[in-house]
Amino acid sequence: MTEVGRARRRKEDARLVTGRTRWTDNIQMPGMLYVAFLRSPMAHARITRVDTSAARGRPGVVAVYSGRDFAAEQGSLPCAWPVSEDVVIPDHPPMAVSEVRYVGEAVACVVATDRYKAADALDAIEVDYEPLPAVLDMREALTEDSPKVHESGNKAFTWTFSGGDIDAAFTGAPVVVEREYVQQRLIPTAMEPRAVVASTDGETFTIYSATQIPHVLRVMLAVTTGIPEHKLRVIAPDVGGGFGSKLQVTAEEVLTLLITRRLGKPVKWTESRSEGNLTVHHGRDQIQRISVAAERDGRLRGIKVDLLADMGAYLMLVTPGVPLLGAFMYNGIYKMDAYHFACTGVFTTKMPTDAYRGAGRPEATYALERVMDELAAELGMDPMEIRRRNWIRHEEFPYTTIAGLTYDSGNYEAATDRAMTLFGYDKLRAEQADRRERRDPVQLGIGISTYTEMCGLAPSRVLGSLAYGAGGWEHANVRMLPTGKVEVVTGSSPHGQGHVTAWSQIAADALGVPFEDVSVIHGDTAIATKGMDTYGSRSLVVGGMAVLQACEKVKEKARQVAAHMLEASADDVEFDQGSFRVRGTGAAKTIQEIAFAVFAAHDLPDGFEPRLDADATFDPENFSFPHGTHLCAIEVDTETGQSRIRSYVAVDDVGKVVNPLIVEGQVHGGLAQGIAQALYEEAVYDSEGNLLTTTMADYLIPSAADLPDFVTDRTETPATSNPLGVKGVGEAGTIASTPAVVNAIVDALRPHGVHDVRMPCTPERIWRTLQSVNGGAA
Amino acid sequence: MPRITVTVDGIQYEEEVEPRLLLVHFLRDRLGKTGTPIGCDTTNCGACTVMLDGKSVKSCSVLAVQADGCDVLTIEGLAGADGQWHPMQTAFHEEHALQCGFCTPGMIMSAIDLLAENPDPSEEAIREGLEGNLCRCTGYCNIVRAVRRGAQAMSGQSAAANQEVPAS
Ligand code: FES
Ligand code: FES
Repeated sequence: MTEVGRARRRKEDARLVTGRTRWTDNIQMPGMLYVAFLRSPMAHARITRVDTSAARGRPGVVAVYSGRDFAAEQGSLPCAWPVSEDVVIPDHPPMAVSEVRYVGEAVACVVATDRYKAADALDAIEVDYEPLPAVLDMREALTEDSPKVHESGNKAFTWTFSGGDIDAAFTGAPVVVEREYVQQRLIPTAMEPRAVVASTDGETFTIYSATQIPHVLRVMLAVTTGIPEHKLRVIAPDVGGGFGSKLQVTAEEVLTLLITRRLGKPVKWTESRSEGNLTVHHGRDQIQRISVAAERDGRLRGIKVDLLADMGAYLMLVTPGVPLLGAFMYNGIYKMDAYHFACTGVFTTKMPTDAYRGAGRPEATYALERVMDELAAELGMDPMEIRRRNWIRHEEFPYTTIAGLTYDSGNYEAATDRAMTLFGYDKLRAEQADRRERRDPVQLGIGISTYTEMCGLAPSRVLGSLAYGAGGWEHANVRMLPTGKVEVVTGSSPHGQGHVTAWSQIAADALGVPFEDVSVIHGDTAIATKGMDTYGSRSLVVGGMAVLQACEKVKEKARQVAAHMLEASADDVEFDQGSFRVRGTGAAKTIQEIAFAVFAAHDLPDGFEPRLDADATFDPENFSFPHGTHLCAIEVDTETGQSRIRSYVAVDDVGKVVNPLIVEGQVHGGLAQGIAQALYEEAVYDSEGNLLTTTMADYLIPSAADLPDFVTDRTETPATSNPLGVKGVGEAGTIASTPAVVNAIVDALRPHGVHDVRMPCTPERIWRTLQSVNGGAA
Repeated sequence: MPRITVTVDGIQYEEEVEPRLLLVHFLRDRLGKTGTPIGCDTTNCGACTVMLDGKSVKSCSVLAVQADGCDVLTIEGLAGADGQWHPMQTAFHEEHALQCGFCTPGMIMSAIDLLAENPDPSEEAIREGLEGNLCRCTGYCNIVRAVRRGAQAMSGQSAAANQEVPAS
């Protein structure tokens, strides 16, 4: 039985269900000191005075620093994606020196002998601020007389992209539908708060961080602080979720490192949740204007998108790149003659935004799938029918889209048919018609989302052409140990995905060794020396491929040794299930025997280096394009605004599946986050720029009681752009589900004249929307 | 400083503690019981859930001094002395009810407490019963399945506990 495709229970679990975990906050070292940060209570202000003297005298306090103390050495937090010629990347000091630009920005810190004492002494620091006007609304920020976030103004960049003749597509189009959607600001809320531990022996530095990107972080910390890269080791121990929020180079990482350099002691900082809501980068926050031109029969002529993207106060690691990741996805799975995309990045005095699960693609998919429903309504067509008329048919792959991407494979018909069957589409439509006719106060809505996404980030050349600062390859090292066991070292860095299990399955098949005989090492730049880390549903598609390629190289080396031992030509030696066999004879050697023979090195082929290991760095030639059809049925009480998801069906095509258990889990988790955007979550700033949703009591991530059971299934159209045939699954659920849910709500309310409900679609919002369209007579 | 005597996972500790020290910090920072994590500062997430005299509590909402004379059971003490996992730990593993695992200790503790009150809960009862425990990774479906499976195993009905989940 092959391992790939099998629902293996995870190797990771044993530690996690017994509490033998290695979270960064668990780390204690002799003489360890604890940091607490004082944060700006003002959205925008000049710092006129910081007095740390009283705090220095508090019990247990070792040091107190303000931004001035670090000014000469702290550098500027990096932005690795200067998206355009006109991009403005303002200086971003890890600790504010003269001006603060969002509530929560660090202005001072206390270093003390325990975490309580550090927090206590924050009270004794005095900071004087001279208030400056907050800048909160993107449209106002772009007006001439708006106060400025940075001296250079509030425009961060503009970026446009065109395919086809957009004017021709819109001129004389029989139908044009134009809508505006708001992607509210979200807080990613990984369950493990961030934490950083830094230590030094006086010459070299080790930093432990709850990060998705130990390798990228090492390079960036070296560049930012001037500590030479080879003196810097970064370790990502167990990391409790990320969803993009730990794809960052943070102020706290830089500052903790600098404090260790100053004091020569190990230093720890652990974030509180309230601190995290303020200062872990936020997600989404875009205003999308989308227009679609179509024929009367529903055929699409073109789509125009005009996007405002809230950057917050600074450009962080990939802040300006997030909308670009969506730019190639507003056409989705549909054929059309022309496409135009324009985006303006805007500075405001809020926490910077950056990658959050899906990063750009959920936003694009939302606007497109919402507007497809609007177009269907305009034409009086079933929303599924309009999709069918426009999508790329399965026999048309590979297909180069109007946005210039080549979709290698897909079968939208198959996924949709499966989803409609599981959902009972026709029956639910009949029930809907019945409720409409009866004027039932509880209406039924059906939401459709036929999505695709680009993932497996990314071909390095493409990243280069988009001005991204690094490549998109991934690395693996595979080594056979003398006893025949296998170590896989991977450059991608897990935080809940199950890499250890999945990579074991891939290596077990490739080398013909038992699943149990493989261990997987990751997340330490001294051991996993080369990597690009984990984001953008890239781990399996890029990192898994690197593992496979390294295994293939090991196998080829072993084949040479086998041929030598069996006195045959390597061409005559076949490999099957862990044994090398001379074709047509019974003579064979197991890969374990060969591993030992290589270790002993007594009798190897001439010139054969005595090591049975290999490195591989895989750079994908294309993105991968998972797709699927999600269907959601929601009951909406038109009298109270209450909604209830009655059923949710997700049929996803993520290509070949290595571990169905893990894939299903990823889909479930993704659905929960996408549904949460549709119904529950929003980061809210007040008119002064104070975040109102600082705690878990205010920023409502869903509990088990808030979510339904999901029906999930798959179709399997292998990717042709990688030998594993895999496409990635980490973000699909989040990308697909938000529009499915909101489409369902709007569908329920359409007879009442509702065309949109702003997210999150809370009962109050639904109720108010009904009031406004019906003048209170809903 | 007050002196407390508290039994944690079968071992008795006598410690002097600041009156304001939270039980969860006492467990983690003082005793090195880092199996119990902290996910919030407003007693919303449930990650820190432990058993205090047999009842689940959020250990960030209890002071160490309040645990004086009490028996605390954390995720680290849940397996039997022979290392045999509690059926709920096994169920979480079998049903893939964890991804990053950060919520898992609290989720398992709350699930066990839930079953103490209702040994055979419906899906809805499980969802309601775990409302105070947040998970950002799993979407909860598999957690609900795990609690059901754990319930079956605990009531001795389970013949399936060690079978592989069928490939779907
Ligand atoms: S840490 Fe105790 S409830 Fe969140
Ligand atoms: S498994 Fe990650 S929070 Fe629950």
